[in-house]
Amino acid sequence: MADETADTERRKAWMSLLAKAPEAELLELWAAYDDAPGFDWLRAPEAGGVMVRGRLGGTGAPFNLGEMTVTRCSLSLADGTVGHAYVQGRSKAKAEAAALIDALMQTGAAADVQGRILAPLGNLVADRASRRAAKAAATKVDFFTMVRGDNA
Amino acid sequence: MYVAVKGGERAIDNAHAWLAEERRGDLSVAELSIAQIREQLSLAVNRVMAEGSLFDPDLAALAIKQSRGDLIEAIFLIRAYRTTLPRFGMTRPVETGEMRCDRRISATFKDAPGGQVLGPTFDYTHRLLDFKLAAEGEPVPVPEAEGRAEPTPHITEFLADEDLIQTEPRDDTEPRDITRQPMSYPADRATRAQALTRGDEGFVLSLAYSTQRGYAKNHAFVGELRIGMVDVEMEIPELGFAIDIGEVQLTECETVNQFKGSKTEPPQFTRGYGLVFGQTERKAISMALVDRALRWEELGEDDKGAPAQDEEFVLSHCDNIQATGFLEHIKLPHYVDFQSELELVRKMRREAADAAAAREAAQ
Repeated sequence: MADETADTERRKAWMSLLAKAPEAELLELWAAYDDAPGFDWLRAPEAGGVMVRGRLGGTGAPFNLGEMTVTRCSLSLADGTVGHAYVQGRSKAKAEAAALIDALMQTGAAADVQGRILAPLGNLVADRASRRAAKAAATKVDFFTMVRGDNA
Repeated sequence: MYVAVKGGERAIDNAHAWLAEERRGDLSVAELSIAQIREQLSLAVNRVMAEGSLFDPDLAALAIKQSRGDLIEAIFLIRAYRTTLPRFGMTRPVETGEMRCDRRISATFKDAPGGQVLGPTFDYTHRLLDFKLAAEGEPVPVPEAEGRAEPTPHITEFLADEDLIQTEPRDDTEPRDITRQPMSYPADRATRAQALTRGDEGFVLSLAYSTQRGYAKNHAFVGELRIGMVDVEMEIPELGFAIDIGEVQLTECETVNQFKGSKTEPPQFTRGYGLVFGQTERKAISMALVDRALRWEELGEDDKGAPAQDEEFVLSHCDNIQATGFLEHIKLPHYVDFQSELELVRKMRREAADAAAAREAAQ
């Protein structure tokens, strides 16, 4: 049972990374992965919308903020392993690569895919976020107190 | 008698051909790419996503190009496209407390934990035209400092700890979706929030400004304004668990307003809330002020008859696509309607002339 939870957490992490990953970089890493398997579509890539929600006051009742585009697909490898993808945007190529990576991560190829695709992709996303955080930090105000008139 | 007429097809085709040529402009000037619009006119892209109610920067950039920079026309294109998308589901509410903030300021607490982070702002610029931008040049390197790894806490949390501000208790009521169910009045606060977040920036701004000038005055401070990225999480039925399906840039504004108390309750500040797609802070602040003004009844305030307190007035006029659709339709052919009015006026004039002639004859 504990293993199952850990497996779900790991799958959730890679699927989330693939969903948010920049398309160009993901496709570049996927193109360089030369062991791409054959597959059958269970559900061909389809673009759609999801309604994004917020909460009033950040913590209160939910409300509908607006939609975002998402592309989803499902496929199966020759050995029957099923891969799913829900990725941001309208790119069918990105959804296909994400579903294949999701499937491969459930096979013996997992360590290889992790090392050659997911790890570099994760590093790239983390680097971009930390560059932005570093630029934001440089715009943080340092206050200093002026000498008060009544102290003179 | 109603006479159907047909015609103008050639004129319409030719008008659209000329529109395409005018859109392209002088051929000796390089054509704009979608990526250029997305990257270099990003605040226009953000407005189109917010009011088009669809987060997709590439589509918003395409709409801006197609509309020749007419943002309301671009919003119209996005709204029309949006209706063609199958709806895959609803996300979990985003956690703005986990936002990766580019900007985070408070006008109420100088020393707020997390600090005053200005981000890429127009504030404190001199609003003088920068002619260097008319020439080509490499951007200067941006200074960096030690970035914050942990999330930045919400400022209202500190007031809430001392019970000095109304809390926003967690609630999981399924919100009404105005894209699926028609608006009805009275509307609850969640429904109003959906209409305001996609409402016209100019309209919501002007209403917010009217509250500052004294129409439904409720004296707002910007308790916190934050802009940054948040993850969007959704339950995936075929998996049986939730994953992040993407990330969106949001602007969130929380206002701290006029307090109230009673014999039984100690004085407490009240709140207004704005949350909008993209870097859209004028809109988010405006939304928070209008949200607060519309809460007058719930907070036991007087109806001062101010426009910003009138829910039906605000919500039925804040949508610029509804507004422009009705406004602009009057330029389209109304030949038959007008013909009947013309007939009526002619008849009345004839009757008046006959009556005058009869009076004259009688004298």
